[in-house]
Amino acid sequence: MGWSEGRRILRTGPPRLRRCQSAHCNPSRSGARALWYGGVGGGGPLARAYKENPLKLELRGITKRFGDVVANDHIDLTVEPGEIHALLGENGAGKTTLMNVLYGLLQPDEGEILINGVPRTCNSPREAIAAGIGMVHQHFMLVPVFTVAENVMLGDERIRSRLPFLGFLDRRRARQDVLKVSADYGLEVDPDAIVEDLPVGLQQRVEIIKALRRQADLLILDEPTAVLTPQETDELLAVMRSLKADGKSIVFISHKLREVRAIADRITVIRHGRVIGTTGPETSEDELAAMMVGRAVRLRVEKKPATPGDVVLDIRDLRVVDDRGHRVVDGVNLQVRAGEVLGIAGVQGNGQTELVEAVMGLRPVVSGVISLEGQNLIGRTTKQILRAGVGYVPEDRSHDGVVRDFSVAENLVLDLYDRKPFASGLALRPQEIATSARKRIAEFDVRTSSPDTPVGTLSGGNQQKVIVAREMSRPLKLFVASQPTRGVDVGSTEFIHARIVAERDQGTAVLLVSSELDEVLALADRVAVMYRGKVLDIVTPDAPREHIGLLMAGVTGAAGPDGEAATTPTTATEHTDAAARETDSDEPGDESGGEDTP
Amino acid sequence: MTSSTVADSGAAGPSTGDGPGRRSIGRAVIDAVTTANSWMVTILAILLAFVVGGVIIVLSDPGVLRRFEYFFSRPSDALEAVWESVSGAYSALLRGSILDPEDLREAIAGEEPWTEVFEPLSETLTYATPLILMGLAVALAFRAGMFNIGVEGQAVLGALTAALAGFGLSLPAGLHLVVALLAGIAGGALWGLIPGWLKARTGAHEVITTIMLNYIAGSLLLYLINLDGIHHPERNDAISKPVYDTALLPRLAGDQLRLNLGILIALLAAGGVAWLLQRSTIGFEFRAVGSNPDAARTAGMSVGKTYVLVMAFAGGLAGLGGASVLLGIATSSALTPAIIGGIGFDGITVALLGRARPWGVVLAGLLFGALRAGAPGMQAVADVPVQMVTILQALIVMFIAAPAFVKEVFRLRQSRAGALGQTLAKGWNG
Ligand SMILES: Nc1ncnc2c1ncn2[C@@H]1O[C@H](COP(=O)(O)OP(=O)(O)OP(=O)(O)O)[C@@H](O)[C@H]1O
Ligand SMILES: [Mg+2]
Repeated sequence: MGWSEGRRILRTGPPRLRRCQSAHCNPSRSGARALWYGGVGGGGPLARAYKENPLKLELRGITKRFGDVVANDHIDLTVEPGEIHALLGENGAGKTTLMNVLYGLLQPDEGEILINGVPRTCNSPREAIAAGIGMVHQHFMLVPVFTVAENVMLGDERIRSRLPFLGFLDRRRARQDVLKVSADYGLEVDPDAIVEDLPVGLQQRVEIIKALRRQADLLILDEPTAVLTPQETDELLAVMRSLKADGKSIVFISHKLREVRAIADRITVIRHGRVIGTTGPETSEDELAAMMVGRAVRLRVEKKPATPGDVVLDIRDLRVVDDRGHRVVDGVNLQVRAGEVLGIAGVQGNGQTELVEAVMGLRPVVSGVISLEGQNLIGRTTKQILRAGVGYVPEDRSHDGVVRDFSVAENLVLDLYDRKPFASGLALRPQEIATSARKRIAEFDVRTSSPDTPVGTLSGGNQQKVIVAREMSRPLKLFVASQPTRGVDVGSTEFIHARIVAERDQGTAVLLVSSELDEVLALADRVAVMYRGKVLDIVTPDAPREHIGLLMAGVTGAAGPDGEAATTPTTATEHTDAAARETDSDEPGDESGGEDTP
Repeated sequence: MTSSTVADSGAAGPSTGDGPGRRSIGRAVIDAVTTANSWMVTILAILLAFVVGGVIIVLSDPGVLRRFEYFFSRPSDALEAVWESVSGAYSALLRGSILDPEDLREAIAGEEPWTEVFEPLSETLTYATPLILMGLAVALAFRAGMFNIGVEGQAVLGALTAALAGFGLSLPAGLHLVVALLAGIAGGALWGLIPGWLKARTGAHEVITTIMLNYIAGSLLLYLINLDGIHHPERNDAISKPVYDTALLPRLAGDQLRLNLGILIALLAAGGVAWLLQRSTIGFEFRAVGSNPDAARTAGMSVGKTYVLVMAFAGGLAGLGGASVLLGIATSSALTPAIIGGIGFDGITVALLGRARPWGVVLAGLLFGALRAGAPGMQAVADVPVQMVTILQALIVMFIAAPAFVKEVFRLRQSRAGALGQTLAKGWNG
């Protein structure tokens, strides 16, 4: 597309943006946030006439070994131009490894990569980029204190054409490039925003823009949706469609079968490093799950009705502020009883993170009461709280959950290392640590070559299993789980869900926070909906989805809590099937309160 | 964060690891020091330093340069001179630090006492003692994510308190030594505790505070030396009273050789630190906090407490190093303003070279001790100034800090891409 055309679109705004505005979304408030809240559906909005450089990718017989582990075993994969090709597979199946081979970060032991029929070696990302391949890693490779435009030009800086010997960076050009790519694909983002101020969804956009500006014709997205809120996911899917309309191909990795079926043209399933087969999106979720795991997977949680006992966790009138001093938990009252799962639903960033941190003693409390079986928890250290019989799965596993340089065995005792039997006095007992590690690795099916492997080399989902295994293998009174199955494959999700239910049935009180409404509804016995730091209501999981969706958008009964929220129902009811998502999208302000993005 | 920027220019230098979330530059450097180098690179860096050192020796030797003036008529002359100059210097270095074959021959022939033969080794070990202890002080703090630039000051304090115990108390031999060493440990620990506490309480960066505390320690020493009761009554220069003989580190191989108990203490300390780091609950905390403070905190460890504790331990080791200088090496066994004289800073280099691993520090300390021991001989025999040793040390550290360069020189490229890719490619999803 010509430069002027991009300008025009920018000026007038793409059609869907306008629709969005008419539906009460309020882009001006959101500042750097996305302006583009295009809903799902509808092909590329800006169908361009040209197909720049269609890229057909073929991987033939790719094999990659790490020591004894065969991460990729003769993998064949073809990605047609303009195709969205999903990769499915269990945790540790070798998806990321395959993509790293393709992107030149790893060298294959065997096999070849063909681009448009020509064999190519990709010995470094630089060569991969030159060949038209772009990759968006889950942890973004951005400089937080740089602006969007600066990040986009990083590594590919251009010098002003006037007086080139002075070496002035051409910042204006970089800004223009960002605006152009934004306009071309509906990737709205302010080129002058500082990256660290942007929510995750937008940071991801910056990564995509970075790849596109370097003329990527094939984009690798490795679990891009794991950290996105539902509406950010919808935005991403829309962007993917628009890229596809432009002839770009995309390799998309995700554990969320619904998403995969909604977006993919073809789906390739990998198990234990081998291709099991390639199918289309018409394959049912159950079938896909079975292909991945090699057995039938129960995608629904089976549980008996709860038999709640005494109150275990009692939160009264809790007020907590975030790192910037904003009050993000504002007078919360919650009781979790023994033998029940209390789920907290809500769009991410409405105070759930801070609430959980306050319970765990990781964040100071402004006022209020938190007690465990009648004993005050406020002012106690995290260690004391854990010792009192609380298990905790933190929301951001690589940040708070594991020490990457530590072995699996060490990570399995990260909060028990100084207690019997793992220590006697000051001395660690490596024997005991190793024995227990082996037991838990078997019990929780952690895929690792040995207990001594550094956790950092495990696949994402297996790292999560390490954390869950650690927290669930001691007697608990209260189990606090934040996003317990994020990035975890369907088989393991089934397993973790079953463990949570089993824990509940043993009489443990479970506090579950998840941004996946499905997960909350499947596991919880009661659902508390949080909105802007307040619990708006506590409902049963069989309450109508729309009702919960409205609550998540801040609408209670007839009158909303404030004028703005009261305007949301119009859009929310338009799309009943995804009520929660839609209403979220129309509330960009939701997240400005608690910026605690993972 | 800093390390992540190389993502797209993947061919850039080796990654410093893909830490979780946001990382400070400090952490990135620690990672680079502790992980990015392989032993191979370390050894090659040392080799390369000696080669470059050789070039410098040649360039600073007027005799050799003169022969280059008629290089084209008689190249062999110039090359011979180069060889003589460099090999002369390095062999003098070896003879001064390990073994002089001449002495050995004479000792076998009975013309010389055997102590002469062992003197170079004794000197090496003597110099290595404080280097090892202070290197351990830096390395231990490194492992918990702290840059302990304050070893010098901690060692000064250790020497100071050891001296106070050494001439202030009169106790039976043996006990007196133990008390003096403990006093040294306590003094250093106190001086290490301060920056640890400041960091835990206020977030003050330890690099700043430890550097400032170095100055304070130096001034304190200067002030105290001249105080009545501490100053040597019969001398006009800045020197304290000597410590009693009962507090001195006993010599291990007779009075002729300076080799003393200190080296055994240093080795013991290295073993202790290795045990602490790998086998104790405290070390587990140190390492966890050092590699991911957020996860450590989430798992219930007190990050602040760990900072205080590790700095107290590190300060204690540095203090012990300072005490070992006073009680083992110092001429006239008394405090002087320059008693530590930069050994603390060398300790940082030793820790870098030893990759912050206890036994690595021991090896690095021995190497640097050997350089120090050999330097005077090199000056006397080959007329290469003592400062050459400092240059060699600096070169080694430079090459260690630039592993990419070393790998380039020695064409060690194959393993790099893999390691680099791995660290870059593992994000949320790995
Ligand atoms: N650098 C490495 N060293 C050793 N083993 C590795 C390394 N990288 C990956 N592996 C192993 O290779 C296998 C495949 O890992 P990979 O990260 O590709 O899985 P994945 O399919 O992406 O899983 P997930 O869905 O959990 O992200 C795993 O068993 C993993 O432990
Ligand atoms: Mg993966």
